[in-house]
Amino acid sequence: MFRKFILLFVAAIAINACSSSEEMSPIITDSFDRSALLENIADNIMIPAYEDFSVEMSALKSQGEVFTTTPNQMNLEALRVSWFAAYKSWQYIEMFDIGKAEDLQFKFYMNIYPVTVSDIEGNIASESYDLNSVNNQDAQGFPALDYLLYGLADTDAAILDKYVTAENKESYKNYIGAVLEQMNTLTTTVVSDFKAQRNSFVISIENTATSNINKLINDYIYYYEKGLRANKFGIPSGVFSDTPLPEKVEGRYNSTVSKELALTAVMAVQNLFEGKHYKASTTGVSLKSYLIKLDRTDIATSTTSQFNIATAQIETLADSFATQIDTDNIAMTKAYDELQIAVRLLKLDMLQAFNISVDYQDADGD
Amino acid sequence: MLMKILKYNLKEQTNAAPLAIFRLFFGLMMFASIVRFWANGWIEKLYLVPEFHFSYLGFSWIKPIGNYTYLLFIICGVSALFVAIGYKYRIAIGIFFLSFLYIELMDKTTYLNHYYFISIVTFLLLFLPANAYFSVDAFLRKKQYQQVPKWTIDSLKLMLFIIYLSAGFVKLNSDWLFRAMPLKIWLPSKYDLPIIGENLMQQNWFHFAMSWSGMLYDLTIPFLLLYKRTRFVAFLFVVFFHVFTRVLFPIGMFPFIMIVSALIFFDATLHNKMIDFLRKYVLKSKRVLLSTPNFYFSKVKRKVVLAIFSVFFIVQILFPWRSLCYPGELFWTEEGYRFSWRVMLMEKAGSTNFKIVNLATGRSFSVNNTDFLTAFQEKQMSYQPDFILEYAHFLGDHFTKQGHKNVGVFADSYVALNGRLSTRFVDEKVDLYQQKASFSHKKWILPFQSEIKIKGI
Repeated sequence: MFRKFILLFVAAIAINACSSSEEMSPIITDSFDRSALLENIADNIMIPAYEDFSVEMSALKSQGEVFTTTPNQMNLEALRVSWFAAYKSWQYIEMFDIGKAEDLQFKFYMNIYPVTVSDIEGNIASESYDLNSVNNQDAQGFPALDYLLYGLADTDAAILDKYVTAENKESYKNYIGAVLEQMNTLTTTVVSDFKAQRNSFVISIENTATSNINKLINDYIYYYEKGLRANKFGIPSGVFSDTPLPEKVEGRYNSTVSKELALTAVMAVQNLFEGKHYKASTTGVSLKSYLIKLDRTDIATSTTSQFNIATAQIETLADSFATQIDTDNIAMTKAYDELQIAVRLLKLDMLQAFNISVDYQDADGD
Repeated sequence: MLMKILKYNLKEQTNAAPLAIFRLFFGLMMFASIVRFWANGWIEKLYLVPEFHFSYLGFSWIKPIGNYTYLLFIICGVSALFVAIGYKYRIAIGIFFLSFLYIELMDKTTYLNHYYFISIVTFLLLFLPANAYFSVDAFLRKKQYQQVPKWTIDSLKLMLFIIYLSAGFVKLNSDWLFRAMPLKIWLPSKYDLPIIGENLMQQNWFHFAMSWSGMLYDLTIPFLLLYKRTRFVAFLFVVFFHVFTRVLFPIGMFPFIMIVSALIFFDATLHNKMIDFLRKYVLKSKRVLLSTPNFYFSKVKRKVVLAIFSVFFIVQILFPWRSLCYPGELFWTEEGYRFSWRVMLMEKAGSTNFKIVNLATGRSFSVNNTDFLTAFQEKQMSYQPDFILEYAHFLGDHFTKQGHKNVGVFADSYVALNGRLSTRFVDEKVDLYQQKASFSHKKWILPFQSEIKIKGI
């Protein structure tokens, strides 16, 4: 027995020696400032993107008024341009499912696609509809405008007829007005609320399921996996179904914008990862610099290069994903596969490095 | 030491109070655990919401039973209370054992070492005369036993010995000792703890100190508890260690159960004081029961129980090491990882998606895991091979039933272990639907490829 104690004693001294020699080396503190990360995201990415989107959104609304007052080819085209500008700007903010955006289900009212045409036409025919209803989420937002501006008929002249000569032309015009009003109101609410909450947003950095930093990161990854990877690429290219479903691409009625929208979305995701300021080349504190701080440069560089690879693959696709899927779906699924690799890096490697509390994990561990 | 064991006297009697106190606290803790489980909404979340359940091999017939699952928890909780007060003890502990076991076997997603600990301690309690002293049973039969065979109490100590020592030995590996993994990942993420969060938790030396002291704690604490001169200090260590881990990690009731269990090592003076205290201030009873000095098993019963215990302990000692029978890296394949006191030993996560292939035409589509699994189940499935296989079979059956022909199931699976970059986990060319579930080595798990190998036990 005595021997055991001697052994223990020696071991204890050995450990003590080890740890005190460690103390001689410079103390590594986790000086990573998580508030600085949130500040960079809020001040240099989210708020500028929100503000930009607000501007685009109210411009879109005004163009809508111009068009519904005077529906002609010129105003239709102006409205379409405005629609696309706002839709592109939207790609920067869909990932922020936080605060009022989460409460109001902002993204579900703005960008559920494909739309249900029968719902839209039913609403227009009945003239009584509640766009706040969950059932109408697939009958409004950018995809509904896509249908109303491009999908009502085969030619522009025939589309314009719906607003100029058709018996229920007023109903069509009213519906555009209602959809734009809804989008603009939601946007104003979400943006002004976030700006008001900014100061409390940046200090919520605990490692809990409900802190802003964890929610932001979880939502970011969820958006990348679902909103971007699956919705824009996986579902239309038939990754989850027996056959490809080209009718499910984003912006299907316009049919030439799906690639540009997707590229914008990937860039927005990459910019957030790298802390790049909105529409600028400056970078700030980011998820990437957090990884580097944790001595995981391997994950940091792999992720950046994977985003670049995915972007390069998407660049090779046709402007219209529907066309791409019909002609060469392999290139499309290749893009999906490259995006999938980044899911793994973010969701598996990055989250493991951060050891972030996730919301479903409230059961005991051992 | 060896001589002492050889000379072990099975006829020796000892004071029954430690066993009574153990029974009381164990029952109360179990009751509290069940109440807490229910109050947290976990019955619904873990057992009723999922439409698919992961089963232990051979136990797929044990499933949650709809809303009757609540009844099962009521039965389990009430029997725990009966155990605590020692009323109809033998029936109560039997019912508790069966209901608890049933709950644990319903879905292995929720496997925790401490649930396993509870199951095996309950198994021992099935045979022990834990109601001999200070129990309602004793009160009703107007007779309580002062002394019980010493080996009954020692069997609980032996179980704790096996657990602590096994938990200590499995920490003797290079990841734990020389990379301070997984504490190096876990501790810094506790930056939001008051006072120590932003400094101590972030120190490299602290991660190593915690790893090494955790290992030494497990290997020495049973000895320190056993010897009288070190016992009190050892108990303080036990309290500190478990409270500290409770602060750091989401481990529920387990630390408290372990603290209370460690009381079994103290001699009866302490337990008798506790019982006196309870009599005086809680029960406020002055009735003195007629005490019979000694409880004995009948000769046959004693022989049977001792035989069962011998086999049980041999199995308990050997079972944690069954992993040695499998090739490959244990942390990677997890063949023999569960039921072996490998507690909070690694940080592992996976991303596993499945492709359903028509083997005749080669056409395929991917499965959205959230269509079938809860987020928690998906997380567990993604890095544990037996889960992956079981789920692959479920998917194969599901899509065959839906009318798909020539179904093959292939996994696109990546796993990250203890801070290594994720690598491919399952051979993507193997049709998992054709692989049988068994205890033999799963050849479709790709070998552990990281250059940072894991050496040790």
